[in-house]
Parts: sequence; C-alpha cells; structure tokens
Amino acid sequence: MADLSVNVAGIHSPNPFWLASAPPTNSGYQVMRAFEAGWGGAVWKTLGDPIVNVSSRFAGLNWKGSQMVGISNLELITDRPLADNLREIREVKRAFPDRALIVSLMVDPVREQWHEIVKQVQDVGVDGLELNFGCPHGMAERGMGSAVGQVPEYVQQNTEWVMEVAQVPVLVKLTPNVTDIRYTARAAVKGGANAVSMINTINSLIGVDINTWSPTPSVDIMGAHGGYSGPAVKPIALHMVSECARDPHVNVPISGIGGVSTWQDAVEYLLLGATSVQVCTAVMNHGFRIVEDMIDGLNNYLEARGIAAVTDLIGKSVPRVTDWGRLNLNYQVAARIDQEVCIQCNKCYIACEETAHQCIDQVPQANGKTMLVVDEEECVGCNLCAMVCPVEGCITMTDVSTGVASMSWQQRQAQTWTDVSL
Amino acid sequence: MNADAPVGDEIDSLHRMVYRPISQFEALQEANRCLYCYDAPCTKACPTHIDVPAFIRKITTKNLQGSARVIMEANPVGASCARVCPTEQLCEGACVLQKNAVPIRIGDLQRYVTDFARDRDLTLFSPGPSSGKRVAILGGGPAGLSAARELARFGHTVTIYEQKPHLGGLDTYGIVPFRLPVDISLWEVEQVRKLGVEMVTGVRVGQDVDFNHIVNSFDAVVLAVGMGTVPKLNIPGEELEGVWDALALIEQVKSGLFKGSLGEHVVVIGAGNTAIDAATSACRLGVPEVEIYYRRTQREMTAYPSEFNFAKQEGVGFHWLSLPKQILGQGGRVTGIEFLKARFAEDNNGRPVPVPILGSEFVVPTDGVIRAIGQSRVTEFLQSSGIKTEHGVISVNSNGQTSHPKVFAAGDCIFAKGHSEAMVVEAAQQGKIAAASIHRFLSEKNG
Ligand SMILES: Cc1cc2nc3c(=O)[nH]c(=O)nc-3n(C[C@H](O)[C@H](O)[C@H](O)COP(=O)(O)OP(=O)(O)OC[C@H]3O[C@@H](n4cnc5c(N)ncnc54)[C@H](O)[C@@H]3O)c2cc1C
Ligand SMILES: Cc1cc2nc3c(=O)[nH]c(=O)nc-3n(C[C@H](O)[C@H](O)[C@H](O)COP(=O)(O)O)c2cc1C
Ligand code: SF4
Repeated sequence: MADLSVNVAGIHSPNPFWLASAPPTNSGYQVMRAFEAGWGGAVWKTLGDPIVNVSSRFAGLNWKGSQMVGISNLELITDRPLADNLREIREVKRAFPDRALIVSLMVDPVREQWHEIVKQVQDVGVDGLELNFGCPHGMAERGMGSAVGQVPEYVQQNTEWVMEVAQVPVLVKLTPNVTDIRYTARAAVKGGANAVSMINTINSLIGVDINTWSPTPSVDIMGAHGGYSGPAVKPIALHMVSECARDPHVNVPISGIGGVSTWQDAVEYLLLGATSVQVCTAVMNHGFRIVEDMIDGLNNYLEARGIAAVTDLIGKSVPRVTDWGRLNLNYQVAARIDQEVCIQCNKCYIACEETAHQCIDQVPQANGKTMLVVDEEECVGCNLCAMVCPVEGCITMTDVSTGVASMSWQQRQAQTWTDVSL
Repeated sequence: MNADAPVGDEIDSLHRMVYRPISQFEALQEANRCLYCYDAPCTKACPTHIDVPAFIRKITTKNLQGSARVIMEANPVGASCARVCPTEQLCEGACVLQKNAVPIRIGDLQRYVTDFARDRDLTLFSPGPSSGKRVAILGGGPAGLSAARELARFGHTVTIYEQKPHLGGLDTYGIVPFRLPVDISLWEVEQVRKLGVEMVTGVRVGQDVDFNHIVNSFDAVVLAVGMGTVPKLNIPGEELEGVWDALALIEQVKSGLFKGSLGEHVVVIGAGNTAIDAATSACRLGVPEVEIYYRRTQREMTAYPSEFNFAKQEGVGFHWLSLPKQILGQGGRVTGIEFLKARFAEDNNGRPVPVPILGSEFVVPTDGVIRAIGQSRVTEFLQSSGIKTEHGVISVNSNGQTSHPKVFAAGDCIFAKGHSEAMVVEAAQQGKIAAASIHRFLSEKNG
C-alpha cells in the first residue's frame, strides 16, 4: 500500500480525499458516516448566523443520459443552531481522531464577529478552519461570501482578523467569480492564510422550464442565480489551481475543489499543485461509498508506477503549465487513423471537413465501404478528429515534427525584434 | 501446464465460445449505463454477494485491478462464474433496469474484468499471519477452492486432497470447454495455490487415505467432494459400446482425450444442464443429429431457459414424455433405443409423475446413447465416521457444520435434490461459509 497521507499546512489526513463544506457535511451523523466510509477529512457545512433556506434548492444539468453533469444550488450556509453543530463536531472529532476535521465559517465582515466564532469553534477541538469567501448567492446579497471574496482588500482584511485569534491552520476558500483568482489568493496569503482552497461555486442559471417558463430551480414560480458545481466545473477549477500553484506569491498549500468524482480527477488536481481535494456534488450523486474506489484506484495507480507516497505527485505537472507565448511553435502532430479498429462512423470526417481543415478523405473501398485517410501534409494537428472519435485508441495524434529546434512565439518576437534592430 | 493437463485445441468447434468477449468499448459503454444503485438488488441476488455496482464503477474509473479484487474477494471462482452463472436468474435478473430498459450485462463485465486479471496474472490476495492451525479440504472443486482461499487468508495452513490430477472440480473437468475453457479454472486454482495452500492430487480419500485418519490429523476438515458419475438407467443394454456417461464423455472431450467419433445420430437421456452440455458437445463433435429424450416435459426440465435455447440453436432436438425401456445392439455396439410413451399421473404428494402408457413402445435407431440423468453421491466413505447423511447428501447446519463438530461441508455434496440445479456460485458461497465457521470454531477453541 502506498502512503496516501497528506499534510495541508499542518492539517494531517490519512488520504487526500475530503468532503467539501456543503449538505453532505451538515451534521455529525453525516460526517460520521463519511468517515466510516473512508473519507480522510471533512469540511463542516459553513457555520455562522443560522439562515432560512428556500425550497426547492438544486437543479441538475443532465447531458445525453448522464445525470448531474453539473448542478446549480440556491442553498446558503447552515440553518442549524451553532450550539448543536459545535456539540456534534466535538463528538465526531472524538470518534475519529485520525481524520482531518475542518470547520467552514462565514460571518459579517466585522472583526469582533470573526473573533467570536473562531474562538468558539476552536474550543471544541478542530484541526483547521476554512473561511468561506465564496458563496455566490444569498450570502453575497448580505455582504458576505463572494461579496468579500471578490475584493482582494476585503479578503486580506477579513483573513487578518481571523489570524489574530486563530490557533489552528486556516484555509481561505476562494470564489471563482473573479477575473483573475491570483489576486484574491495573494490577498489571502498576505492576510496570513496558511492555505487556500478553491473553487467555490460559479454563478449560474442552469435552465428554464420551457413549459412553465420558470427558471430552475424554481421557488414558487421564481428563480435566482445559483452556484454551479460538479464535473462540468472541473476545467475551470483546474485552471485556477494551476495558476495559483505556479504563482510565487501564493506560496501556500492548495486544497482543490470542483468536479472531483474519481481518483483520476484527484490525481490531476495533485499534479497541478493541490495537496488535498474536496468533493461535494459527486457524493450528492452517489453517496459516500465512492471514496472506496478513490482510495483503491489512487493506491493502485501509485503502486503500478512505483511511487511510494501520494505527496510525490503534488505539483509534478506545474512546471509544464506555461503561458501560450512559451509554447513550441515548431512542434507538429498529425492524426493517424487505425483502420483495424475504425468503425466508419465518419464523425472525424465531417468534423474536419466542415469545422477544421478539410484533411480527412473518404476513400471508397472495393467492399463498398469508405476508408478514412488523413492527409498528414494538410493536418494542422488540432486534435478535433480524435476528440469526436468514439473508439478509444482509433485516432492517435502522432509527432511529425521535422526536427527543427524549438521556437516559441516569445522567442520569435524577440528574434524579429533583433532582426529589425539590425 | 503438465503433459496430463486437460487440453484440446485439436477440435476448434469445441472451443468456439458460446458468447464472445465484450470489447473495451462495449465494456465502458455498458459500465457507464450502470446506475450504481445503493443496496443493489444485483448484489443481493448474487449468492456470493459480489458488490456489483462497485466493480462496475471501477471499470469506469479504469481501476480494473481494483475491480477484479472486488469480484474475486466475494467469489474465489469469479472468473469461472462470469461464464457459467445463469445470470438471468441471478444478478441480471434482479437489475432494476429490467423494468424500463435492458439489464446491465453483469456477467460479460465480470468476464471482462477477470480476463484482465488473468491476462496479467495479477496476485490479488495474500495469506494471513499464521494461526498454527491446520485444515484439510477434501475435494478441489469450486467449494473446496473457495474454502481454501478464505482459510488461507485467515492464516490457517490448508491441505487440499484431490483425486484428479488437477483441481477445479467440474470447472476443470465437467463444464463444456465452449462455455468454460480449462485455463480459466486452472488460473483460479493457481490463485489459491499462491496463498500457500498445499494441493495433494491423485489421492482419493476413503481409498488411498483413510478419512478418520485425516479427521484425527487436522484441526478441522471441509468435505467438498461434490457428486459422482451419472447413475445407470437400470435398463437392458447399458453395457453396449456407444453408451456413455455424460460426465465421462465431457471430461474426455474437455481433456482433449476424446478420439474417434460418436456416429451419425446420438440420443441423450435427461433434461438438466448436464444433458444440454452432453448434447451440445455431441453437436460440436460433429454428430449431425442429436436428440434429447426426457420423461417429463419442458416445464419440469431443470435446464435453464438460456441453456435450453442454446441447445436448440446448436440444433438439438427435444422429445418429451419418453421413458427408456432398453438399449438395442448388435455385435456389442448400440444400434438403437426403445422408449415407452409416458403420461402424467399424480403421486401421493400431488406431484406429476410420468407413468408408461402400455403398448406405446417405439424404437429410435441410433449410434450412441448418453445418459445424463443427474449425478450419484460419493459419500460412502463417510459411513465409518458416523457423519450424518441423508440419501448420500451430507447433513449440515446453517454454518456448514456436519454432525461431527470438527467436520464441515460445502458444495454439491450438501446439495439436496430439489427443483433447481446445483451451481458453481452456490458452491463458492458455501465454501466461504464453511471457512468462516471454521475460523470461528478454531478461534473459539483457542481463546
Ligand atoms: C455437466 C455439468 C454442467 C454444469 N454447468 C453448470 C453451469 O453452467 N453453471 C453452474 O453454475 N453450474 C454448473 N454445473 C454445476 C457445478 O459444476 C457444480 O455445482 C459445482 O462444480 C460444484 O462444486 P463442488 O466443489 O461442490 O463439486 P465438484 O466441482 O464436483 O468438485 C468436487 C471435487 O472433489 C473431488 N473428489 C470427490 N471425491 C473425492 C475423494 N474421495 N477424494 C478426493 N477428491 C475427491 C472431485 O474429483 C472433484 O474435483 C454443472 C455441472 C455439470 C455436471
Ligand atoms: C448544495 C450546495 C451547498 C453548498 N454549500 C456550501 C457551503 O455552505 N459552504 C461552502 O464553502 N461551500 C458550499 N458549497 C460549495 C462546495 O463546497 C464546493 O465548493 C462546490 O460544490 C464545488 O465542488 P463539487 O464540484 O465537488 O461539488 C455548496 C455546494 C452545493 C452544491
Ligand atoms: S432528497 Fe428528496 S426527500 Fe430528501 S429532502 Fe431532498 S427533496 Fe426531500
């Protein structure tokens, strides 16, 4: 068994899989069940002044038979009394001392309020705190959540207030609803945060019922924008994690959140610089038991590669994330179609013919079928045909570089500049 | 594999599989169709309770090694079962998609995953820390292997006694090669051997070694001797050349030892799965006309519907309500078989029993007669031990314990004849139960 344990700024966890602060971590009963199932950590549903929620609250995006590719929610922070939550947190920590128990917090941007809640929560014995500067709906209208999280100065200020009294590691959870997440991440670090977590949900309006004309999810006949999560948001989150991971000013551990459903998703997050991952929508879809395959699959992946510890993955792909201007313009790939496995659906043909560069030919065969052949001279190597191909391994993008030395746009610009100045 | 290992690539039609393997493309599509039910009915319907949604989810995450572990953990002969289980009666029959769509092809997915593990010869389990206790298992079929695997994982020292040169029982010798190739069964045997289980072959308990001696030399014993040959029809002419015991025929075919020809026409007596297997083997050996004669009707036959359909597809003819009267011969060889027509009467319990219709004799000219009317019991060797049996079936409690506290039993040797057929998967589960009971028994004795 590989060593799956991680340490996020002093928060130890037997594996990198944490539940995100959300309905699955609403109560002691739930978190206990999650820990029994094997989750390494949990971020408790955001505590603050208990709110009143609406009904209904969520809506799912189904796509071609796959349910909940994304979900949008109108739920706010906890609606349960603080005292109940604190009692249950203490019980859970006592029952599972080896797991990471982190509590998410959100109060008005007032120093005293932060001091008050941080002290109360610390007293019951938690491993860390997460400041929710991300909730994009409802709480933001009250000046909390993303209303704080979108303004770097507020992020720094609120974090500082917390750090004045915090005795356990503090994560700042960032909102993706900003132009460049590095500014708020840097602000959190400046404010003293020990780690950052991202992303919270993305502003969304997931749909309209075309029969009733009400937006979904509907409350009475009305709707409001909600927070988007689930597999569909993973690419956005991965980008934000990698941007922070390669920013020298965000030099704290990252807990990656957004669309994690499998061990493979977790590997991607870790490679791009996350130390742990957090999961919400996938467990809402399938239950806590999915963590069994996450642990098993991650372990098998590491063992198969002779990697002793999961921490050896952290950040390994970060040096390979760069700016467009540094990509090698002399690198060239071309599509190759394996005729043995091709099923002649012609999807690659029409994709290339109509929406790319017209370099796949339909060559008639003696048996009346057509063979699909790539004109490698014309192929620009865009990957589209391989992406639309339903047969795994049928279209391979093959390196056809001519051996010319690597040259990026930046290098070319510099050279042109030199040429001109000569 | 040794020279005496069952082989048989001489006859290709015998190895052309009934079902083709599922491709990676299909496997992924099918796996993604699984709803991942909670408290899933498929898992409940599987006698070994394989966590079906879990192993299918692992296909979607490309954790095939983990998937194989889930399958084999619950079922030590899960690779064989992927091919021989009547899934439409078990897991697939319970799939919730049955109602609105088509059930998930669980058996095919299980085969896909276990093939992956076999191709790479993955080692999925390791033995537990030694307990110092020794357990003997009599019979190396699915029940014995399953018990051995579990006992070894509990840390007990296990010795299997098997009369045949190879283990695997009917998986190795009895289930036709075009449904279960022998290498699958032998891979499962190797998985058990790797756990340090000692396998003593070519030793028949009760003949080559005394049963009571074994009971005295070990801390516990598992009886997993299965059943025996096909009983005689008890009609004149059974000694003629061309009269076969179905199991002996299948064993020869599967071991590649069958040479020669069965002739142009063969009659099979019986309508259980053994009869179907014998009849379809005859078809694949090239016999142009193969007919099954059964004393009851299609409704009472114990062959699974899928098996029945398969036999019809292979060209087997079926005749109902026919009682064999005598086998006819010339020069010591079969030339035909005489039947009596039967009708149903009620027995004391109100069950329909076939009774002969007087004067309804008819003769079917044939080159061969295969009897496939079930299997005899092989528990005579227990007589001196005082272990309780009923009509040759070993009596056990729900823990698999016999009337002797140290002796447990599993598989076909505890299978009381009912309306169903014995199954590999049941034998596997009973082997697990016996092992768990022995582990408790030995731990309690310790503590
Ligand atoms: C033709 C045929 C087709 C079948 N098809 C299917 C099918 O498609 N699907 C399905 O689920 N089930 C099928 N079955 C049933 C299935 O094979 C059995 O239920 C299963 O093999 C029982 O396992 P077992 O370990 O109890 O017995 P067996 O497989 O019979 O194994 C018993 C072992 O004990 C050994 N043994 C016996 N006596 C002694 C002794 N005195 N000393 C040492 N060793 C001894 C035997 O040599 C044998 O290896 C079929 C059975 C037959 C006969
Ligand atoms: C119904 C719902 C309620 C949520 N409530 C909170 C919350 O109280 N506090 C918080 O920090 N994040 C909350 N989130 C955001 C999640 O913690 C997480 O950041 C987001 O869902 C992305 O992860 P996912 O794709 O795994 O769901 C909520 C998400 C959902 C779907
Ligand atoms: S999951 Fe369904 S039953 Fe449960 S609270 Fe939500 S709407 Fe109600």
